[in-house]
Amino acid sequence: MLKRISFSDKVMLVVIYTMLTLLAFSALYPFWNALVVSFNVGVDTAKGGITFWPREFTLENYQVILKDDRLINGFLISIARVVIGTVSSIFMTALLAFGMTRADLIGRKFYMIFFVFTMYFGGGLIPTYLLIRSLGMMDTFAVFIIPSLISVWNMIIFRTFFKGLPVGLEESASIDGCSTWGIFFKIILPLSGPVIATLALFTAVGHWNDWFMPSIYITNDKLLPIQTILRQTLNSNIVSGQSSVLDSASVALMQQTKKVTSKSLTMAMMIVVTLPIISVYPFLQKYFVKGVLVGSLKE
Amino acid sequence: MPQATTEQQLLPVPPPPKPRSKSPIARFFRQWDIQLMVIPGIILVFIFSYLPMYGILTGFMDYNLFTGAHIWENPWVGFKHFEAFFHAPEFGRLIRNTVVISLLKFFIGFPAPIILALLLNEVRHMFFKRTIQTITYLPHFLSWVIVAGLAMAMLSTENGSVNMILQQVGAIDEPINFLSMKEYFWPILISVNVWKEIGFNSIVYLAAIASVDPHLYEAADIDGASKFKQIYLITLPSIIPVVVIFMILAIGNLLNAGFEDILLLATNPVLRSVSDVIDTYVYRVGLGTHRYSYAVAIGLFKAVISIGMLSMANLLARRSGNSLW
Repeated sequence: MLKRISFSDKVMLVVIYTMLTLLAFSALYPFWNALVVSFNVGVDTAKGGITFWPREFTLENYQVILKDDRLINGFLISIARVVIGTVSSIFMTALLAFGMTRADLIGRKFYMIFFVFTMYFGGGLIPTYLLIRSLGMMDTFAVFIIPSLISVWNMIIFRTFFKGLPVGLEESASIDGCSTWGIFFKIILPLSGPVIATLALFTAVGHWNDWFMPSIYITNDKLLPIQTILRQTLNSNIVSGQSSVLDSASVALMQQTKKVTSKSLTMAMMIVVTLPIISVYPFLQKYFVKGVLVGSLKE
Repeated sequence: MPQATTEQQLLPVPPPPKPRSKSPIARFFRQWDIQLMVIPGIILVFIFSYLPMYGILTGFMDYNLFTGAHIWENPWVGFKHFEAFFHAPEFGRLIRNTVVISLLKFFIGFPAPIILALLLNEVRHMFFKRTIQTITYLPHFLSWVIVAGLAMAMLSTENGSVNMILQQVGAIDEPINFLSMKEYFWPILISVNVWKEIGFNSIVYLAAIASVDPHLYEAADIDGASKFKQIYLITLPSIIPVVVIFMILAIGNLLNAGFEDILLLATNPVLRSVSDVIDTYVYRVGLGTHRYSYAVAIGLFKAVISIGMLSMANLLARRSGNSLW
């Protein structure tokens, strides 16, 4: 269908395209600039004026980072946390959700109230901290995994999805002598690919991005994930301007290699920490859009 | 009453019970295989969500972690810590900052994704639209550490792009250290929040707009309504129910002015008089200076008001016929 576009509509479209382009630019520019600065020689960065292109190109910042044992260790901790935390949490939550879909489950109504209540009320920061302390989970890897094994929110999404699966499948399986656990592993899980992918994506991103929990529960440097280390580095950069108290090894490293100043090195660190998310993001986009809609419809 | 309504929706009519040949306890043990799927979850949620609630009692005690005494051996002090908080010199500015920051986030952060969705909906070039979406969704997936780090880099005096632009156009002579000046903190905090979430939050509105009947637009076209009129008279009214739901959710969340973002952006103590909100204060006095009981009491104070606001929001929702649950 061909239709005439009026002049005012044309003006409006131009305005809209311009605004969206500006928005996309403002979303993208900070990354681009960080990337450019991270490839620039540190001392040169300090002179200012680096915007779209490095002035003195170097790979040195990345070489320094990839040689820093503390950062490498932080990376490994983060990866371990994402893998173990996501797999175990998705499994436990899906299992719970499947149990909760069973109509014959005794106590189901009570269980549901029990879970949903925690979405509206919690103990808060300090009581949780004291609990983790008294459980002896301070400075353990377990503190990353066990407290977040069950997500009530994800459980409800799983449950909605499971309920939408055809009932006949389960029935015929149980007539064929398949146990409840057998149904879960052989029928439910294989059919739940999309919802597992969506929830696993959000769980994994949450684990990767968490810097706060380690900052209060972990004092042992060897257990710090990369985000928390990055936070300390950013912080010490600010502090270094004010006092001489430098706590992070990376700052000591920066001073060792005179050529590399804090800003270029910090940006290189940020790029390295962001890279895993940026590289999986385009592939997962279709899943998370679906996930958001499932979640909001449930509300 | 969120729980009750949720229950109604989540649990449709239970199927007719099977013949009760045995007592509930016997039946419970007979279905051990199903119970075994649920019980680990119950135990975990009990430990990590319900046990901390029990810790709230320490807000009414003089709790000392380091004497090694059992929780019940600490002296009860009633509402002492609540009173201390109400009379603390920080009280006024904490409440003000919490309210102002959350209102700013609400009035700017809430409409922004709706506007973005409306703009995106007018785009007819699919490639352009998808590119913009991909780019603007991305910041949502980055941690606050990264986002705050990027913001600091943009605003810094050393090669910060914002300062460079301002100097280039001659607005300023010397670079401004934005993140150590009180008057800039709120605008920066709000902008960074909008920057991070605008794209992602627009997803639901885009979905709502997509479900509008296209015949309405065709009819409007024939009647000669301009694009702007179509947005105003068709698109906006059609997505009002979704907007109301999210607005109510946002109202229920008003006391959550922010935590990670403030903690990471307001690293300079100079900013404290404008950046300190209830949550960051609880964190600082509780874990920084180990005044556990005092911090717990403040946290409880906030939780109680929050629940009140949520219930009120839900009441509003029912009045408007768009119940949350």
